[in-house]
Amino acid sequence: MLLGIPTRGVALAQRLAAKLAEFEGHTVPVGSLDTTMYRDDLRLRGIRPLGRTELPGSVDDKVVVLVDDVLYSGRTVRAALDALSDLGRPRAVQLAVLVDRGHRELPIRADYVGKNLPTSQGENVRVLLAEVDGRDGVVIERRIADEPSRSAVERRA
Amino acid sequence: MDRHLLSAADLSREEATLVLDTAEEMALVGDRTVKKLPTLRGRTVVNLFFEDSTRTRTSFEVAAKRLSADVITFSAKGSSVSKGESLKDTALTLEAMGADGVICRHSASGAPHRLANWIHGSVVNAGDGTHEHPTQALLDAFTMRRRLGRLEGLSVTIVGDVLHSRVARSNVLLLSTLGASVTLVAPPTLLPVGIDAWPAEVSYDLDATLPKSDVVMMLRVQRERMSASYFPTVREYSRRYGLDANRVGMLPDHAIVMHPGPMVRGMEIASEVADGLRSTIVEQVANGVSVRMAVLYLLLGGSDA
Repeated sequence: MLLGIPTRGVALAQRLAAKLAEFEGHTVPVGSLDTTMYRDDLRLRGIRPLGRTELPGSVDDKVVVLVDDVLYSGRTVRAALDALSDLGRPRAVQLAVLVDRGHRELPIRADYVGKNLPTSQGENVRVLLAEVDGRDGVVIERRIADEPSRSAVERRA
Repeated sequence: MDRHLLSAADLSREEATLVLDTAEEMALVGDRTVKKLPTLRGRTVVNLFFEDSTRTRTSFEVAAKRLSADVITFSAKGSSVSKGESLKDTALTLEAMGADGVICRHSASGAPHRLANWIHGSVVNAGDGTHEHPTQALLDAFTMRRRLGRLEGLSVTIVGDVLHSRVARSNVLLLSTLGASVTLVAPPTLLPVGIDAWPAEVSYDLDATLPKSDVVMMLRVQRERMSASYFPTVREYSRRYGLDANRVGMLPDHAIVMHPGPMVRGMEIASEVADGLRSTIVEQVANGVSVRMAVLYLLLGGSDA
């Protein structure tokens, strides 16, 4: 079962499922898992609107692959693991990300990585997806400048 | 959103929609095996109830507990209020114990507003006198949206004791913000002064209003607040303003019947109607928990501003 983390993880999970069906002939159930209510920075950043949690079935005894766009501190994944444990007991949980940009703050590592992208902490990494943003791409921008100077490595997802 | 929720008029259309959308997600938690979220862990919510209540008090309590907050329920009976302690002193005592949120029900209109000036935490109005009951209006709007798919353009008829009803006032304010049109139907004696200024139509004729209503909401006749006789007999009232099976037959096919509870069967609503298929009365109670979870999350979930 593929579970995307809103917003862009959900679109990525759907793409992965479509590819799996195309190459392997397997239909893998896809869902979404919102982590907002489990975040540890709610009190630091203030409230944010909730995303959708939609399970295609029970997670008990399934192999669940969490899908997200960027892996950074690992805190979102920690929240996702907590959220998942309240929904059931999967047989195994794995993690697939499009971009791993390093700078982990928790002992978390991805099982499947689209691209390792060495970055500095002064940069933002944004993944753009046609479903959400109208086009595909990965953008690295400097955080300090008012006008983001885009030294972008545009790459097809 | 503002730090407090005191009146349904405090909410803009965007904020009210945010509450309803959040409640939609919270409703999913009620269907799970583990009906709990860690979001308000370590926060304390005080249920400050100076007036009797079953639904609202337990609903807030369940909502806060599902979000992992610590809940202290305080009722005026059996507390120092009966020894003559004032509202302010009670509030300051609770504040000193570290309450992050106070949910207040009081028989005096405006009590939660006073409270909001005295304490640092968030105050949620859970019904003050004959003034307002914003979370009830939110859960009613949520129920309508779930059953009928929209709020914009709905015709909502609110029938009964509008004079003493905080539910009616909050609903009128919220529903007009959200784009529904409200008609109030009541005997002239049970309409408040200044009703012309409300964003609602007024009618004395229930039978003429029913065929064009998408929602009909019955209000309880609040005898405990009545010091004079507002209508000749119960029989006459229920014959002119009570909802029985015949009147339900006059409604359009998709229309729903609501009641904020507690209801007096045989007075404003016939038993067969209350238990009928169009009735959302039990659903309203379930939705109340989701909506109150949303309100608590939006008020207390973020940073201490």
